[in-house]
Amino acid sequence: MTTLLATTLPEHSNDGYVAAAYIVFFAIVLIYVAIMAVRLGRVERKVRELSTQEREKEHTLKGAGERV
Amino acid sequence: MRSPSLRALSISTVLAFCLSLSLVFFYAPIEAEEGFLQKIFYLHVPLAIVTLCGFVLGGLMAIAHLRTRDARWDLRSYVVIHMSLIFGVGVLITGSIWARGSWGHWWVWSEPTLVSFLIIMLLYATYQPLRFAIEDPERQARYASVFAITAGAFVPMNFLAVRLSASYLHPRVLGSSSNLPAPMALTFLVSLVAMSLLFATLCSYELAAKRTRILLKARSRILGYQ
Repeated sequence: MTTLLATTLPEHSNDGYVAAAYIVFFAIVLIYVAIMAVRLGRVERKVRELSTQEREKEHTLKGAGERV
Repeated sequence: MRSPSLRALSISTVLAFCLSLSLVFFYAPIEAEEGFLQKIFYLHVPLAIVTLCGFVLGGLMAIAHLRTRDARWDLRSYVVIHMSLIFGVGVLITGSIWARGSWGHWWVWSEPTLVSFLIIMLLYATYQPLRFAIEDPERQARYASVFAITAGAFVPMNFLAVRLSASYLHPRVLGSSSNLPAPMALTFLVSLVAMSLLFATLCSYELAAKRTRILLKARSRILGYQ
């Protein structure tokens, strides 16, 4: 394992650039996923609102039917 | 939105990325000339390949839309191009970081590979303004498809033109002159698969979200809740 690490991991200099590139890439993906999550939350809220409104409408129609 | 196929795709993407990162940092040897900086290659190159293929795929989907008049193809084409643009930003940033480390400059204007990619990005940056400048949905889809086909055809032509260009600093990764050692080639291939899976997963999520929103809007309109 030590030999493997010695031949694949850095000893000096340019490692900052490599870290920066990978961090930037994962940050872009993370930001995108976060935006998607916010949008999904909005859609879920709308679905809930729509279901509530539908239930209320059904109740009103049922009540009107019973009265008739 | 949370379908089993999407879940399977997401899990395979995460696994592929874990494998890819393990190979990059613990298996692929350090390159003799570039040193550790060459590890960016396993991120930057697959990102660029997937971006360019995404633009071409968007054009092919636009052809399917114009042939069938099926709005689903237009939606797919839009999502694929949208995602390619996001990946393209990643290509430019990771490429600039690599250039800074390797050449000492963030950007080299005399380098055809860099400038041609920037031209492609600027071309596609006009896709969304063009699309949303048209209000009529049918005309919008048609014009966007024509744009996607034209720009999609430009991508391989541009790539070939750069390949034929006489002088470049940018290293060639694929081609007759490249002879990657087996561990590097394997790492590169796994990284490419992981990146393609990430692209497919994000596109699938975006498509599912867009479809759900369209259905929701239609349902709200039918029920008179808008």
